[in-house]
Amino acid sequence: MIVAERKSIEEIIEYIKDRDKVLIVGCNECVTVCEAGGKKEVGVLASALRMYFMNQGKEIKIDEVTMERQCDHEYLEEIRNIVDQYQAIVSLACGVGVQFMSEKYFKTQVYPGVNTCFMGVTEERGVWSERCQGCGQCILATTGGICPVSRCAKRLLNGPCGGSSKGMCEIGGEVPCAWQIIIDKLTALGRLDDYEKLAPIKDWSKERAGGPRKVVREDVRQ
Amino acid sequence: MRLRYPDSIRIIRLPCTGKVDVGYLLRAFEKGADGVYVVGCMEGDCRYNRGNLRAKKRVAEARRILDIVGIGGDRVQMFNLSSAEGPKFAQIAVDMTEKIKAMGPNPLKLKKMKKAA
Repeated sequence: MIVAERKSIEEIIEYIKDRDKVLIVGCNECVTVCEAGGKKEVGVLASALRMYFMNQGKEIKIDEVTMERQCDHEYLEEIRNIVDQYQAIVSLACGVGVQFMSEKYFKTQVYPGVNTCFMGVTEERGVWSERCQGCGQCILATTGGICPVSRCAKRLLNGPCGGSSKGMCEIGGEVPCAWQIIIDKLTALGRLDDYEKLAPIKDWSKERAGGPRKVVREDVRQ
Repeated sequence: MRLRYPDSIRIIRLPCTGKVDVGYLLRAFEKGADGVYVVGCMEGDCRYNRGNLRAKKRVAEARRILDIVGIGGDRVQMFNLSSAEGPKFAQIAVDMTEKIKAMGPNPLKLKKMKKAA
């Protein structure tokens, strides 16, 4: 899933303080799972903002809605009939949702309500960590299913650097060395020979270095 | 045990304090409550293992938010006691009422009254 963190209430107050009518829009997908932008978080943020502005003596109408997804036309269409009533939208979806909303409702200001962080997993409730950087050319087949692109600080493709110590990365913060995990996994699989194979130079043009990316599938395209 | 406690308190029963949500606490203040306190079982004694510990964190989060929005986080508090501690329950009700009275009414209530006048 895409993992995001809530923005501070103070930052959102700054965005909307000069508006009269604001819609807070949540998303039922990834940001609900990482507890940053689902229906609950929309309720808490809207309630906090209403109380703040009421306490300041400002009359700002703040409404709430949470949609199934903000990265698909069909769900974003749900607010078409009401969007003109609002001077601004605070989207608690990831950056994808915020942008799609902004593109779709071109005359409406859309503010982000979360900081979008990475693609990752729920290690335990309240702890999320990165697993994928969307490099566009997956090499997990040769690395025991553990990704050195997203989990090695240096994104090394052929074994660990000298900073790997007792299974941990030299950058600190209790970050495990990705290559230590890869070697452990390949050992468990009995495929340590794969570790000896040199990985070819990676085509980084399929990553962000090649500019904004697009996937087109003619077989399913309308 | 005919104990008396202030009649300004409205009790909202929940199956476990683990059902308490930050949104519930905030909504109470939005609707004009002067203070809210959560009474849960003793720590380590939750029938559902961690319900009261979850509530503790949510109360802390509600306090943080109420401080930011200017209502005052001290208006929310959590207490832990067993169901056999009736006198303590009544005493907490008295103490909390006095504390909130000293803090004064919810500022939003005053704003709403001014607006209506």
